[in-house]
Amino acid sequence: MISRILANAAETEAKNPLLPESYDLLWSSVVFAILLAFFWFKVLPNFKKTLDARTEAIEGRLEAAEKAQAEAAAKTANIEAEQAEARAEASKIREEARAEGAVILAELKEQASSEAARLTATAKAQIEAERQAALISLRAEVGSLAIDLASSVVGASLKNDKIATSVVDQFLADLESGDTGATTKAGKKK
Amino acid sequence: MNLLNIAASTDESGGGFHAPSIMEFYPEIVAFEGTPFALNRIMLIRLLVLTLLVVVFALWTAKFKQANKTNNFVPGKFQLMGEISLNFVRKSIAHDQLGEKDGDRFLPLLTTIFFVTLGMNITGIIPGLNIAGTSVIGLPIVMALAAYVTFIYAGVKKHGVHFFKNSLFPAGVPKAFYALVTPIEFLSTFILRPVTLALRLTMNMIAGHLLLVLCFSATQFFLFNAEGAFKFFGAGTFVFGFAFTLFELLVAFLQAYVFTLLTTVYIQLALADEH
Repeated sequence: MISRILANAAETEAKNPLLPESYDLLWSSVVFAILLAFFWFKVLPNFKKTLDARTEAIEGRLEAAEKAQAEAAAKTANIEAEQAEARAEASKIREEARAEGAVILAELKEQASSEAARLTATAKAQIEAERQAALISLRAEVGSLAIDLASSVVGASLKNDKIATSVVDQFLADLESGDTGATTKAGKKK
Repeated sequence: MNLLNIAASTDESGGGFHAPSIMEFYPEIVAFEGTPFALNRIMLIRLLVLTLLVVVFALWTAKFKQANKTNNFVPGKFQLMGEISLNFVRKSIAHDQLGEKDGDRFLPLLTTIFFVTLGMNITGIIPGLNIAGTSVIGLPIVMALAAYVTFIYAGVKKHGVHFFKNSLFPAGVPKAFYALVTPIEFLSTFILRPVTLALRLTMNMIAGHLLLVLCFSATQFFLFNAEGAFKFFGAGTFVFGFAFTLFELLVAFLQAYVFTLLTTVYIQLALADEH
């Protein structure tokens, strides 16, 4: 095969593929020069402009987005701060209310206890007074009773034991029929 | 001379196997024969690719302009295709190697090299064209020269005469070794770089074209000229031809990428502070 190719090459005038023909160089230069100029002055500047404009646009939009995000973040921070403030205020109010409540409660308690103390004191005083009154009346009654008894005993004289006994019995019966419980009791005690 | 060639080729295609030869790359001159403006099939293909590139990129540029004018920042599908294409060179090659500032400075050259190479390479597998515009060495030489001039310009602009000193007398090498190192550096930097750029591209395209011609002319031969069971070889060679067509698509892209990337790397090395 190779010998065939070589023979073929030898048959015709030996062409060296490494040496360019003049027309080859000329047309190559023309083609290359035209395309170089075309790319250099026409295609690439427009291409670059498009890319730059796009980059700018994208950067601009990114910036706007960033700004919007920052604004939103600031708003959120504001709202959160407001919320925190409101919460703090609410808790303060609650705290105050609780303190106030405690004060009122303490006051009420004090009032109640003082009232109770007062009532107790009054009751005690009344009881004491009543006791005094009872004592006094009792003393008076017991005195008169004792006098009655004594006079009865003395009045019936000492005729006999029979009479004395009947007098005492009579007295006791009188006591039972005509007197109040309290005096009876007091009399009995005596 | 040309008549002889044509006669020879018609003779061959008339019967039997048409073996690919180097003459594939020197087709019949169709106009301006004998002048530097001579046009053959390959030159016409180049002009066609030139036209197509201009049309496609002019449409994209019109889209860019329209977008700029209307402040429309959301590209449509068609505009996006253009942006992806241009951004491939801009971002993946220029900015990655040179950084944004220098990348944009040298972007016109890099973009042109990439799309010219890609466009011209791809014609090698387009039915009806079937040969790469870069398969004759003129265009690779022109582009390699452009790359060469550009990286030397970049170096001289940045470092002045020190650029040559830096490249030829690398720092950190003992003085005595310069006798050895300097010729090697000179050869590799100022001679081999452009030569390898041009040759790599041309030879890839030539080899690709010869492979495809070989596969498909063998298919033709086995199917129509071979006897009996040999006809089945035709299917095999056709499959090979199909596979190599796909491979050539890859090569077309890869060579465009490699050429552009190497140009960028050379510029980057020239701009670097230390060598």
